[in-house]
Amino acid sequence: MTLKESPSQTAGPYVHIGCAPQTAGLEQRRMGKQLGGLMVPEGTDALTLAITVLDGEDAPVKDALIEIWQAGPDGNYTPTPAFQNWGRQGSDLSTGVALFKTLKPGRNGEHAPHILAWIVARGINLGLTTRLYFPDEDNGGDPVLGLAGARAETLIATKTDTGYAHTIRLQGANETVFFDV
Amino acid sequence: MTDAPFKPRDLSWHPPAFYQGYRSTHLRAPQQPLLQIPQTVTELTGPVFGQGDLGPLDDDLITNYAATGQTAQGSRIIVHGTLRDEDGRPVPGKLIEVWQANAGGRYRHVNDGYLAPLDDNFGGCGRCLTDTEGRYSFRTILPGPYPWPNGGNDWRPAHIHFSVFGDGFAQRLITQMYFEGDPHIALCPIVQSIPSDDAIDRLVARLDMKRTKPMDIRAYRFDIVLRGRDATVFENQLEGT
Ligand SMILES: [Fe+2]
Repeated sequence: MTLKESPSQTAGPYVHIGCAPQTAGLEQRRMGKQLGGLMVPEGTDALTLAITVLDGEDAPVKDALIEIWQAGPDGNYTPTPAFQNWGRQGSDLSTGVALFKTLKPGRNGEHAPHILAWIVARGINLGLTTRLYFPDEDNGGDPVLGLAGARAETLIATKTDTGYAHTIRLQGANETVFFDV
Repeated sequence: MTDAPFKPRDLSWHPPAFYQGYRSTHLRAPQQPLLQIPQTVTELTGPVFGQGDLGPLDDDLITNYAATGQTAQGSRIIVHGTLRDEDGRPVPGKLIEVWQANAGGRYRHVNDGYLAPLDDNFGGCGRCLTDTEGRYSFRTILPGPYPWPNGGNDWRPAHIHFSVFGDGFAQRLITQMYFEGDPHIALCPIVQSIPSDDAIDRLVARLDMKRTKPMDIRAYRFDIVLRGRDATVFENQLEGT
């Protein structure tokens, strides 16, 4: 039996209701916990990863939902009590910044440490997949950065006092590399 | 088995990033083509969820925001179906999240200011896991159509948003479910951004009288398909195991 994948549709502006209810203002709901909010236990000395998505006029996209998926410090994709490999945050509705508390992924074979980021929002018809690499790691020889060629720079985050910041540009001269994978 | 790569995504089947009739895509659609990269462990794996992640009312939007003894206003419905991959295999144990407007077309969201009133007993958020045969089910109320700013007289068809996880992040999907017979389907630029009528039809749920409970609740059936595995690699791997 061969079926076709269900076609994608935009997550729309109210994606938080289903995927990040606290951002939508649904605190009183009688439901289970919000998923993806905590990648490390409270109190862990984690780094802050601040992701901003910019549109074609360089305005922050304030209604995006961003999921990240990464190896743990051990380079593995198996969750432990100390680390969940998956995180999910809405862009802040007023600033557009999505904040993750996470740990730096370990190296996995020839692949330099990296984080997969997946972005959905109003006006995005099919979720966008990209990666984020670290400016203070040896990224030479990473096969995906190699394929990105001159545009690989758009996949490198910047160092901050508390961790890293990364800007994802949907359009323009420095448009971020998005993958068909 | 989890290591077999996924089939390439047929991008011509999905809506294009830029669609003239859907204004929000104009500044948000990437202009460069997507870069093809090989699938690695990063894309072949993904988060795993279990019943412990969910609350007992998560699959019942009729009561999961309601005061004790109350229920949401609107036409009561069951939405159910099977999650399969493109090879027809059921996909068990996967998280499905849904969100929707209330019966009047209003979302419980700080950014929704539509004049239709909120329902004190309706939140609009639900989730469930597929069972061992890939089946899922939740109870809710029929959402209302609503107007949206797109430069004209635009109304969304009644719809439920779906977020679906697979075995690997490469299968991650967000889509919307529509209701059979809704005249707004043909008028909505978000729906019509999907290139073919055949593809649009996959998002239209059918009234299911077999699952409809007399004097209680109607049922709609909505099956969902995720990317399948690359057959050649899959078979080669099986031989090797
Ligand atoms: Fe909607």
